[in-house]
Amino acid sequence: MGGLDLAFFNWDVFSKFVLSGLWFSVQLTIVATIGGILLGTVLALMRLSGNPILAVPATIYVNGMRSIPLVMVILWFFLLVPTLIGRPVGAEMSAVITFIAFEAAYFSEIMRAGIQSIPRGQVFAGQALGMTYSQNMRLVVLPQAFRNMLPVLLTQTIILFQDTSLVYAIGAYDMLKGFVTAGKIYGRPEEVYLIAAVVYFIICFALSWLVKRLQARIAIIR
Amino acid sequence: MNWDWQVFLTDDGSGRTYLEWMMEAWGWTLSVAAWAWVVAIVMGTLIGTLRTLPNSPWLVRLANAWVELFRNIPLLVQIFIWYFVLPKIFPVMQQLSGFVLVVLALGFFTSARIAEQVRAGVQALPRGQRYAAMAMGFTTAQSYRYVILPMAFRIILPPLTSESMNLLKNSAAAFAVSIAELTMFAMQAQEETSRGIEIYIAVTALYAISAFAVNRVFAFIERRARVPGLIVAGQTGGGH
Repeated sequence: MGGLDLAFFNWDVFSKFVLSGLWFSVQLTIVATIGGILLGTVLALMRLSGNPILAVPATIYVNGMRSIPLVMVILWFFLLVPTLIGRPVGAEMSAVITFIAFEAAYFSEIMRAGIQSIPRGQVFAGQALGMTYSQNMRLVVLPQAFRNMLPVLLTQTIILFQDTSLVYAIGAYDMLKGFVTAGKIYGRPEEVYLIAAVVYFIICFALSWLVKRLQARIAIIR
Repeated sequence: MNWDWQVFLTDDGSGRTYLEWMMEAWGWTLSVAAWAWVVAIVMGTLIGTLRTLPNSPWLVRLANAWVELFRNIPLLVQIFIWYFVLPKIFPVMQQLSGFVLVVLALGFFTSARIAEQVRAGVQALPRGQRYAAMAMGFTTAQSYRYVILPMAFRIILPPLTSESMNLLKNSAAAFAVSIAELTMFAMQAQEETSRGIEIYIAVTALYAISAFAVNRVFAFIERRARVPGLIVAGQTGGGH
């Protein structure tokens, strides 16, 4: 390949510069997925509650988050979080808070669709058994909604993993930053982007293949 | 909290106000998004169509590979590859401006998503439509041009609306290669003026306005292109 030299890249370079970044990207993905689904489920329940005091703020939050670019949200939180909690936080901590808050909006839409896909009769059946609202949600509706939406939730997680590269904007040390740093030190700034693309591709392709298999399995259960 | 909105009227050091700079940046954001949209629609339609061809397994595989390639690499990495790597491998590309390279990166990235929607739209059509076109003596190209694609596009207008709004938001990633668009403006102006909150509020509002405008344009197209008698056309409000 014209002028490119990929030979410098070996396991030492990977473990020294990229591995800690990859670990951060993975941690960020997992924490934001769990936090986002929890917060997103709360938002979805607020929107479906029929009570405007709960539904209106949740709707504004979700639609607001979904109408601005993630990079801007990252910048916003990086600017605001230290002011709000009164002490400086690192780019990594700021990224974690941002991704939970941002992804919650997207996960809430998925959970809302999942909850709405449950036949009304299920809710009535729960009520007929004397279940309270929270028992009904916890034991009847949410488990089914969650299972129906599992492939979509996991696909969103793959998108989330790709999106973690945007913490570049605030200089957090994720996988991409690891590659860029290695490229600077070894004087191979272009090559590392290609290697980064290959690594991201392998991870995301493998994950989406797994999601497809899971989807086929769930489809049979239903 | 004390506001200082006058920051927008101060000079940025090059003879223009921050307001003027922001409006120029908005123009860059809109033109990156608009041109990338054209690239994405053209390539997405082509690739999505190839994936539905009845008797060309290799073209289908090639198109599937295209979608997987552009869907499984983060946009930011794709932008870096178009901007830094490809011009090094193909010296011809060094003549292209950063703007063109970012448009291609964003356009190809989005084309994979649109190809997926076009494929779904084509496959959602009743088989009879294709057979009807064949019975009329249309070639494959003609049946796609006059029968299948016009119907498929009407079906996929709602997801296409969301994807077009996504494209607009994704254009923010162009900051990484110093395209003078809104996010780049936000970062630089925040640093220069230390009035980050005012700057970010204005930029966020411009993004929201732009996304809303895209949504309305598609809602209009959807109303005008509605096929009488189809349930799907009546239900959709277009996006969110």
